[in-house]
Amino acid sequence: MSANFLDRFRAVLLAILLTAAFVVPALAGPFEDAVAKFANDDFSDTDEAIGAVATSGNPLAFPIISALQEGRLSADPDTKKVFVTGGDGKIIDAATGAAVDKLPDNAAAVRLNNRLRRAVEAALGGLTLLSPDPAKRIAAAQSVFKSHEESALAVIDGALAKETNKGAKAAFTEARAAILLYKADATEVEKLEAVAIVKARGDQEAMALLTGLGSDVPPNVARAAASAIASIQSNLAMWSMVQNAWYGLSLGSVLLLAAIGLAITFGVMGVINMAHGEMVMIGAYTTFVVQEVIRTRYPGLFDYSLLIAVPLAFLVAGAIGVLIERGIIRFLYGRPLETLLATWGLSLVLQQAVRTMFGPTNREVGNPSWMSGAFELGQITITYNRLWILCFTLAVFVILLAMLRYTALGLEMRAVTQNRRMAASMGIATSRVDALTFGLGSGIAGIAGVALSQIDNVSPNLGQSYIIDSFMVVVFGGVGNLWGTLVGAFTLGIANKFLEPVAGAVLGKIAILVLIILFIQKRPRGLFALKGRAVEA
Amino acid sequence: MLTQLTHDISTMSRRRWLAATAGLVLGLAAFSNAKAQETIKVGVLHSLSGTMAISETTLKDTVLFLIDEQNKKGGVLGKKLEAVVVDPASNWPLFAEKARELITKDKVSVVFGCWTSVSRKSVLPVFKELNSILFYPVQYEGEESERNVFYTGAAPNQQAIPAVNYLMKDEKVKRWVLAGTDYVYPRTTNKILEAYLKSKGVKQEDIMINYTPFGHSDWQTIVADIKKFGSAGKKTAVVSTINGDANVPFYKELGNQGIKATDIPVVAFSVGEEELAGIDTKPLLGHLAAWNYFQSIKDPANEKFIKAWQAYTKNPKRVTNDPMEAHVIGFEMWVKAVEKVKSTDADKVIDALPGIEAKNLTGGTSKMLPNHHITKPVFIGEIKANGQFDVVWKTPGLVAGDAWSKELDGSKDLIGDWVGKKCGNYNTKTNKCGGQGS
Repeated sequence: MSANFLDRFRAVLLAILLTAAFVVPALAGPFEDAVAKFANDDFSDTDEAIGAVATSGNPLAFPIISALQEGRLSADPDTKKVFVTGGDGKIIDAATGAAVDKLPDNAAAVRLNNRLRRAVEAALGGLTLLSPDPAKRIAAAQSVFKSHEESALAVIDGALAKETNKGAKAAFTEARAAILLYKADATEVEKLEAVAIVKARGDQEAMALLTGLGSDVPPNVARAAASAIASIQSNLAMWSMVQNAWYGLSLGSVLLLAAIGLAITFGVMGVINMAHGEMVMIGAYTTFVVQEVIRTRYPGLFDYSLLIAVPLAFLVAGAIGVLIERGIIRFLYGRPLETLLATWGLSLVLQQAVRTMFGPTNREVGNPSWMSGAFELGQITITYNRLWILCFTLAVFVILLAMLRYTALGLEMRAVTQNRRMAASMGIATSRVDALTFGLGSGIAGIAGVALSQIDNVSPNLGQSYIIDSFMVVVFGGVGNLWGTLVGAFTLGIANKFLEPVAGAVLGKIAILVLIILFIQKRPRGLFALKGRAVEA
Repeated sequence: MLTQLTHDISTMSRRRWLAATAGLVLGLAAFSNAKAQETIKVGVLHSLSGTMAISETTLKDTVLFLIDEQNKKGGVLGKKLEAVVVDPASNWPLFAEKARELITKDKVSVVFGCWTSVSRKSVLPVFKELNSILFYPVQYEGEESERNVFYTGAAPNQQAIPAVNYLMKDEKVKRWVLAGTDYVYPRTTNKILEAYLKSKGVKQEDIMINYTPFGHSDWQTIVADIKKFGSAGKKTAVVSTINGDANVPFYKELGNQGIKATDIPVVAFSVGEEELAGIDTKPLLGHLAAWNYFQSIKDPANEKFIKAWQAYTKNPKRVTNDPMEAHVIGFEMWVKAVEKVKSTDADKVIDALPGIEAKNLTGGTSKMLPNHHITKPVFIGEIKANGQFDVVWKTPGLVAGDAWSKELDGSKDLIGDWVGKKCGNYNTKTNKCGGQGS
């Protein structure tokens, strides 16, 4: 009883001491009050704290807000103390700047939601306008352009006067125009000038700014804004055509990549290979395994994971392809229906095998840093992963073409497809060539899997989604002709992407299918029909 | 020759007789044995192969886990529970076949199963005809209340509408993209949302509706369209009913084209912990999901459940998700109902279930309502870097599930009431049973 009482007494005493130690300095000024609000774990309090800290002019404001953005700001809900963990691991008390040895046990990172993240971005924009790094100044000006916060005007005017960097100067001018456009007491002349500057920028954000302009502006400004919107719109419409063409090329490259292996097994050998998609899937899973090993053993090599995965995926899928040819398909040559059923069954077996081995859920395949993000070309956004896949596909295509043209194996392959009996009489081991051809087609499907793992799910169902498209491309392009596959893939890709904005994704796909059916009625052998004896064989 | 033959026959028949006796003895023994350990059979109807295996396999494991836990506590009515697992292989007609097999051949007392609405619609006639019970654990489009089905997932007013309200109030969203996969759940949900948004004064030109095929992987055009739609000077958000595998490429494309959650947030109804477990979450940070349960919710019941689940699956990283919680609630309700009527008879259990309460994993108590839906809390979570969600908003209390949406003309006067009116689509205007969907 008495011990209990003593404990309680000690606790009360401690609480009083704590209050004395921490709350009293917290009452010292508005800045400290604002910082303490971060500890309330309440989104509207955090919002107020961001605003108050950002405008306080305190040198700690920038470290606090940037720590908040990066999740390095933590708060102790009991003592209401807030801490900044620096990028170098050093911890300081956010209110005083004093160094702290370690975080209290119950300190938790200050939480943000999207509204607050926007507030943080805007605040940081205001705080980094005077940063010595021009790239940071430009980024800050961009975020002011978006938020058109009036409070930043004085800083921008000051910065603009001594700015020497050309890019930063342009960004500041645009940010200033954005503010003036929305500033209630700006003169009509200022606003008209602002409209002209924003119009010259000419992108979607400029349009957003102009369309967001309310109806309470002078009629002259409203008229100028309307004409600026119209001119930006027509400019953007032209760019959207370019964009569609690029998207079409990109979709075409994916189709080509998925179909190019099939162009060998189905196109050159004539095997209706329904398990082709599963070879793609196996390539993707090879990438996953490679990345897993790299993640656990050699994390530094992550950016090279795809380069390592490409040859491995080729070997794994190629070896499985040779096994399939030797084990099943060679007994079924000349019996297309049986081949179709056998390979269809095989595809289900492979899918379920992978599902049992790796589980039914998606597997995580990361994008290396050089495949993430995008860059702007005029008014269109080009994503790096799509660009690399396009280059990669073309490289695979050229290598394959060269292989068929200039190597002994390629020569034998062409000989066997053109006239099997003649080739056999010339001493070519046709059954060995069959196995290697099928292995080559499967290996290339495996390589496709490496690339597709970057844009799609790695799951046992991966292959199924590409098999129909692959057959479509090969049949449309002309069976047995690699160039036909190339042209077919890009034609279908571009047609699809020009139809999609008009008809929607679902109808667009149906329309393409109908067009292909009609086309095949007219030209049963596809775009580039093979001529001569091979056709009859 | 002849003697040889007769000898053969006689030895054979003797042998056969012996075998038959042995079989009979064994059979009797087995029979009496079975009688001593009579079990209550529980059917599990989730796809373990095919497209939906990605989501449904976990639910199968969940039911097995719950049965295991219940058996440790001594089973139900003094009998052990026995799971009967079948694989409908993501094949909708096969769902109906397997359901029939479970009820007639295996004589299960209750079935936990289905994920997609089309699989549920396919088994409905079977459950009605054979009078059995189905617990359906997934959020769905509503517009249904059947006597034999208990809906433990969210109805649209328990997920979609609160999510839209959050975006409208907190994020001040004025322009809406409703993007979905082209099938019944997204189409109905978007119809409800469109009607709801218009009732809140959103104009037609501020709503963009977009459907994509299953497993759509090339999102370039659609993401560019969303970007364009979002640059009209009004705050824009995407309400996504995109299903399953198509989500990953969608978020990747958003991330790659530089659309951040602070610019255009996406709130998804089909992306949970399980879906995030297999993907790189970098491009998803800050995007939202609306559910009735998140693994990250701090509650003793939830922590206990996660621990037991990870121990059961022998995987300390195994995640939990919303449909799993729905099965947890449904299972407990069924056990309570069976114990209340001391029988597994379908009619008795169906009558006993409305009014039964069960603790959910987020600190509340869910109740089975007369329309066979349950009360649930609604949470909005933001995706964090570790694939978990940070709850940014929740409803003050539990929300009662509406079987029939108040937003749609065809269904706003309908209610489901299996207690008083004994009717799933009672029209409160005409006071007659049987409206749309009868």
